[in-house]
Amino acid sequence: MYRNLTIRQKQIVWAWAFLALPVVFYSVIRFYPTFNAILISFQDWNLLGARTWTGLENYEKLWNDAVFWKVFRNTFAYLLLGTPISLVLSFIVAYHLDKLRFMHGFLRMLYFLPFMTSAVAMAWVWRWFYQGVPIGLFNNILAGMGIAQINFLNSTTNALPAILAPAVWAGLGFQIIIFMAGLRAIPTSYYEAAKIDGVGWWTVLTQITLPLLRPTIVFIVVFSSIGFLRIFDIVFNMTTNNPGGPLNSTEPLVLMIYQTAFSSYDMGYASAQTVVLFTILLIVSLLQLRLLRSA
Amino acid sequence: MKTQLKGLALAGFTSAAALFAMPASAVEIEYWQYFFDARVTAMDQLIANFEAANPDITVTMTHFPYADYRTKVAAAIPAGEGPDVVQLFYGWLNDYIESGLIQPLPADVFDPAMIDAEFFPMVGAMKVEGQYYALPTAVRSLALFYNTRLFEAAGIDGPPANLDELIADAEKLTERDAAGNITLEGITSGMTAQDHHWWREVLVRQYGGDPYMDDYRTVNYDTDAGRQALEFYSSLEQGLGVTASTFMDEPQAAFIAGRAGIHIDGSFRIGALADARGLEWAVAELPAGPDGTQSNYASYWVNAITSKAEGEKYDASVKFMEYLVSDEAMQIWLDVVGELPAKPSVGMTEANANNPVFGPFIRGLSYAHTTIFADESAQRQVMVDAVSRIQLERQSVADSLTQAATEEQAILDSYYNK
Amino acid sequence: MVAVPDVPIPSSRALLDTKPPRKPANMGQIIRWLLLFAGGVAMVMPIAYMISTSLKWPHEVYNVNLIPDDPTLDNYRYVLEDGRFYMWFWNSIIIATLTTASNLLFDSLVGYTLCKFRFPGRTIVFIAILSTLMIPTEMLVIPWYLMSQSFGWLDSYWGIMFPGMMTAFGTFLMKQFFESVPDDFIEAARIDGLNELQIWWTVAMPLVKPALAALAIFVFLGNWTAFLWPLIVTNSVDMYTIPVGLSGFGDEANVAWELIMTGAAISTIPTLVVFLIFQRFIIRGVVMAGLKG
Repeated sequence: MYRNLTIRQKQIVWAWAFLALPVVFYSVIRFYPTFNAILISFQDWNLLGARTWTGLENYEKLWNDAVFWKVFRNTFAYLLLGTPISLVLSFIVAYHLDKLRFMHGFLRMLYFLPFMTSAVAMAWVWRWFYQGVPIGLFNNILAGMGIAQINFLNSTTNALPAILAPAVWAGLGFQIIIFMAGLRAIPTSYYEAAKIDGVGWWTVLTQITLPLLRPTIVFIVVFSSIGFLRIFDIVFNMTTNNPGGPLNSTEPLVLMIYQTAFSSYDMGYASAQTVVLFTILLIVSLLQLRLLRSA
Repeated sequence: MKTQLKGLALAGFTSAAALFAMPASAVEIEYWQYFFDARVTAMDQLIANFEAANPDITVTMTHFPYADYRTKVAAAIPAGEGPDVVQLFYGWLNDYIESGLIQPLPADVFDPAMIDAEFFPMVGAMKVEGQYYALPTAVRSLALFYNTRLFEAAGIDGPPANLDELIADAEKLTERDAAGNITLEGITSGMTAQDHHWWREVLVRQYGGDPYMDDYRTVNYDTDAGRQALEFYSSLEQGLGVTASTFMDEPQAAFIAGRAGIHIDGSFRIGALADARGLEWAVAELPAGPDGTQSNYASYWVNAITSKAEGEKYDASVKFMEYLVSDEAMQIWLDVVGELPAKPSVGMTEANANNPVFGPFIRGLSYAHTTIFADESAQRQVMVDAVSRIQLERQSVADSLTQAATEEQAILDSYYNK
Repeated sequence: MVAVPDVPIPSSRALLDTKPPRKPANMGQIIRWLLLFAGGVAMVMPIAYMISTSLKWPHEVYNVNLIPDDPTLDNYRYVLEDGRFYMWFWNSIIIATLTTASNLLFDSLVGYTLCKFRFPGRTIVFIAILSTLMIPTEMLVIPWYLMSQSFGWLDSYWGIMFPGMMTAFGTFLMKQFFESVPDDFIEAARIDGLNELQIWWTVAMPLVKPALAALAIFVFLGNWTAFLWPLIVTNSVDMYTIPVGLSGFGDEANVAWELIMTGAAISTIPTLVVFLIFQRFIIRGVVMAGLKG
């Protein structure tokens, strides 16, 4: 029977044979759960009892939940601090590293190494660094220099930046490498032309390098924004005593989702939070893709 | 071919031997508890003893970090996955019964009248409508640990008997560097650890209050007594500076490292302290209040048979439960974990009640209270936040306490009115 | 003013196969080098302190010296003694390896099919798969958990692995790379009588080896460090992956920092060693996957 098919028909058969399992996978493991999450967000369910329909109650609860709004602000604080800081730092390093030849590979290795670590391990390392005297590394160094202690983690103002720092640190290597690839892709002829015209380095940077790096920049911004909006591992591990604390000042949305679902078993409420996360990520990605298009 | 035959014969032989060694009814049951080194060691011993006495039953123990424990149990049993016998916190009993996770203990083996007579009275909370659902191997209470070497160095001749002495001792013990940072705490603190129990059931009562009403369904600490108790507690760090809640990340870590003079903690900490090299410590009853009132907080973990256990597994589980509440098991638990026996017949023996380590905890049981939590971690978080607001946001003690009372009442309401 | 022409597309080749222009070693270059070197040292400092502390005796842990006075492997002996770390390690290796193998196979198969076949429904399948990139895994963990619960997948390797067996990212990456395989090659293979499966496996796959390597690095690293889902789906200590085990270990060790640093070092050193050995290769893979995916 297969023999009687035309070449085109055979191709169709092969294509669907290849795609059969993946189509099942994406339907069952990706699409069905997405709709399921949206469905549960309209229900009240504690995992043990019956599911009951509650309409928009979970969303109303979210809207009126002061903790949620704090978490919402925290999540954007991670994004709005983390993305520009890591963008600028990684560009500065990449820009200068690109101009060096001596031990170039070695320097690049130093900057890239943190990217190979796991967030959990580094959360514990940094958590130790941030302790007060007599045990914390940073404060011991400060004390050794006779400088006043900094309360890194037990502070409603310092804790979020303190937790953000290792996240930026760990991601920097990747961004530097991507920037360097972008810089190296700019044909040297542009720079030579600029040299002949006798323009200064600032003009070269702003008129040639940065505009030509646009796709790289957009990629890094999208990539790191999504990462900061989904921050979890590092916050969870640095605040196990008082999750998301003190006073919820470090709690990001994913930690709230985790606690609502797997500590309070409020599955409906947690699902509503995931729908909000989904919406935020969608809006942020679409905005950024639009920026890419308009380039 | 020949070797194959030989192998086959050998296989037949071994399986026949196995058949003889294990009666046809070899049953495997699963036991779950949370991970705490000493508890796992003790349970390993109990299981070994039990299996030696009941060769037809195998008990497999699974343990989880405390943080995940409740989730895992709640998720696994309905899925027909988890344990046959499970350890749960006393405060979770109603949840477990309501969710159908556990079944009542058979009255023919565990006669309610006998249990009432044999166990410490607080165990009666495990009886619902005349049926016992769960029983503890051990109970625990709070006491004051103190570092004897540091006490000697500071010229203090004994543990503090009341709150005034506690403050005086803590001030003598505290050491600071040139910049004024604490390098040695007079007393540890941290609502994230055991201090919320000390505050609720001990300090509030010692200042003349009663933290809850209506069987712990109504918050009653937003009173003068509550304010004084919170004032006292927060002054340890704020005014007196004899403690820092973030010192060395966790209070027990500071005490274990020999960098804290006084540490209030549960009896379950004894094992970890005994293992700490070079640490010299002793135990005393919690300091009395301004008018001499003594109070304590007691809690316990109970064992129960889950609704998953059926047929021969159920019978094996009943046998295992029987062993878990035997005098022998309680003594092993006391020796290994340092948790107090749940029956006076074991606890009040001459040797146990006057034991320098366990004695203060056991004596504390006579005036101990048991908080009935709706959601312990959420209720603890309320106290954690109350102190954080005072420390970090300079909120007044009174305002912070009022807010805490409102928050905790909301938790209780949503739990009991569901 | 210099006119800005078409924006060039960066590539890993440009990064690794061309060297920065040689410049005279003037003062500016020396200062630039020194500053970058200082920054690089600062970058690896946390890792250095982690390793250094894991080699210290408890009494020395809180001194700020980087080189231990009296280095010891005692902490490693203590941490590895009960065998849990070996088990977590083994779990992580199995899970990361199987997931990577599955991704290499299926992502490339799907990518290839979408790239080289013309059939009804192609666009829909492509858009559908691509659209899953927009769905954050955090949204799916609750349904996945319920699914695992009803199928009995909790606390098993399959339970940890199933959500990541195929990824839209990998599929998209492979599709991009199959574009560079000339259709003539495939036509020639068809005329030679190879069936479509053989063509994919023996003709097309060898031509995208660098892409497969890049995908492998990304997927392996991602699974090696994955935390949220393994934390949710595992029950018993025996089933933990390295990050989940380490997270619980931190609290359990009563905040004995030298032991926590040892645990962190044990979980980190293998990836660092692998990176140092295959540095060029891994950086190339990361850039390729990052830019094309």
